[in-house]
Amino acid sequence: MRLYAVVAGGAFRRYATYRTATAAGVFTNTVFGFIVAYTYIALWDARPQLGGYDTSQALTYVWLGQALLMACAMMGGGFEDELTERIRTGDIAVDLYRPVDLQLWWLAGDLGRAAFHLLGRGVVPMFLGALAFDLALPGSLWTWPAFFVSVFLGVVVSFALRYLVAMSAFWLMDGAGAMRIVSLAGLFFSGMLLPLNLFPGLLGEVARMLPWSSLLQVPADVFLGKHAGWGLVEAYAFQGGWAVVLLLAGRLLQTAATRRVVVQGG
Amino acid sequence: MAESVVAAAEKVPVPEASEDFPFPERPRLLEGVRAYGLIMAMWVRSTMAYRASFAMTLFGDFAVTAFDFATILLMFTHVDALGGYTLPEIALLYGLSATAFGLCDLLLGSMDRVGRRVRDGTLDTLLVRPVPVLAQVAADRFALRRLGRITQGLLVLGYALVSLDIAWTPLKVLMLPMMVVSGAAIFGAIFVAGAAFQFVAQDASEVQNSFTYGGTTLLQYPPTIFAKDLVRGVTFVVPLAFVSWLPALYVLDREYPVDLPEWVAFLPPLVAVACWALAGLAWRTGLRAYRSTGS
Repeated sequence: MRLYAVVAGGAFRRYATYRTATAAGVFTNTVFGFIVAYTYIALWDARPQLGGYDTSQALTYVWLGQALLMACAMMGGGFEDELTERIRTGDIAVDLYRPVDLQLWWLAGDLGRAAFHLLGRGVVPMFLGALAFDLALPGSLWTWPAFFVSVFLGVVVSFALRYLVAMSAFWLMDGAGAMRIVSLAGLFFSGMLLPLNLFPGLLGEVARMLPWSSLLQVPADVFLGKHAGWGLVEAYAFQGGWAVVLLLAGRLLQTAATRRVVVQGG
Repeated sequence: MAESVVAAAEKVPVPEASEDFPFPERPRLLEGVRAYGLIMAMWVRSTMAYRASFAMTLFGDFAVTAFDFATILLMFTHVDALGGYTLPEIALLYGLSATAFGLCDLLLGSMDRVGRRVRDGTLDTLLVRPVPVLAQVAADRFALRRLGRITQGLLVLGYALVSLDIAWTPLKVLMLPMMVVSGAAIFGAIFVAGAAFQFVAQDASEVQNSFTYGGTTLLQYPPTIFAKDLVRGVTFVVPLAFVSWLPALYVLDREYPVDLPEWVAFLPPLVAVACWALAGLAWRTGLRAYRSTGS
């Protein structure tokens, strides 16, 4: 357990090293926040209360999206490039005989990364957004810890998805294509482009049941106070359920993949 | 067009072929274009080594941009007009911006790797080759998959042109290709200027994304929905409005939200040239200021 805490801490520090990159990222998140916020204002001007949100809730949703984009890695961007590269080059063989659990090792690192991104790239855009627009911040203090639990579960689901895809590199050798398709599914079905409540009919129902809704839609609704009491428990169960299923699937794939590894001697 | 502005400022004597120097040097512009072509061809071949992956990334690039338009379509399941603009009108703005940006992204989309090259020292390799550095950087990791983005932009543009009821004049027809080419050039100048900035701030390539990817997202919506100051900013400071808004609003017979005379709709080519002059200057300044990390 201590080992994984150290790995997580190391990942946090690793991302914290790139200060200019973080500042540049904050700038980008803020610019996109402004652009999307204006499109949402136009939309909610025409249809107030759309999707059950008022305008300031919709704007809060926009800035939550920018704040969580990197933490929940909705478009990918984290350990998976490194892992697929290790699989492609064969370095994975070295990892496999280390006395640590491969999946837990990468999970710990990803949690450290997410923690940094939440602080480094989440707080400032959210703050700037709150300065420029009238946001619906939580009325109750309890909403904050409830929100962070939901974000944590979202990060685990996101990790589990990306781990699953990274494992496909054992068969495809070059994981870039599969990774890209998953990252764009993440962008659309997390609710990053438009809240899933606004998706019509069957598409909406399916989108809300897919694992990606754990990445933004569920945490945002927790933040906006849409899930309270049993509703909150249900939201956690939804996220936790997907996390367990996907982590197990990743583990199965890992077992199958490691049987395939052929270590070439020097 | 890209290198012409840069190369025009530089009069390098062209040595003739002789016994001491058997290779006749071509003018720098030609050299740059030729090098770009060769490097591009190399990357295309390397991409084709993993065909399944290429097909998936091509589809991915198509789909990721298609989702942008799908978002607009989903918005229009709830409303009839956004900021006073109908779906086909927004599709025109979207198609023009996406196609122009897609063209630029295909040709220069790898420019944001300059910072990484400065950091890891691989830029030095490019400096010792007898080929213009800008051409090498621009063609580096040339990604054919970016055709997906252009295809998507052209499809939306086609839809807009079919469903819009425009009183076409020869001038309006000519403005469409003019917008795509000038727009791509304006975006290209931003890419080059952004790359020049990376000589100074080595790991700030994301700032560039705000103006390129952010710019194209902005232009996909009508100017009426944005705050006046933001519209002024992208007209007079970073002239993104010349990519599509100004000329497209002329085609649509719409007024520009910031009071400007009608003839500014014809300025994009001039704006593009001016942008490239500035970007070229920035690039040379950046390259000259470059000190290798030595690693």
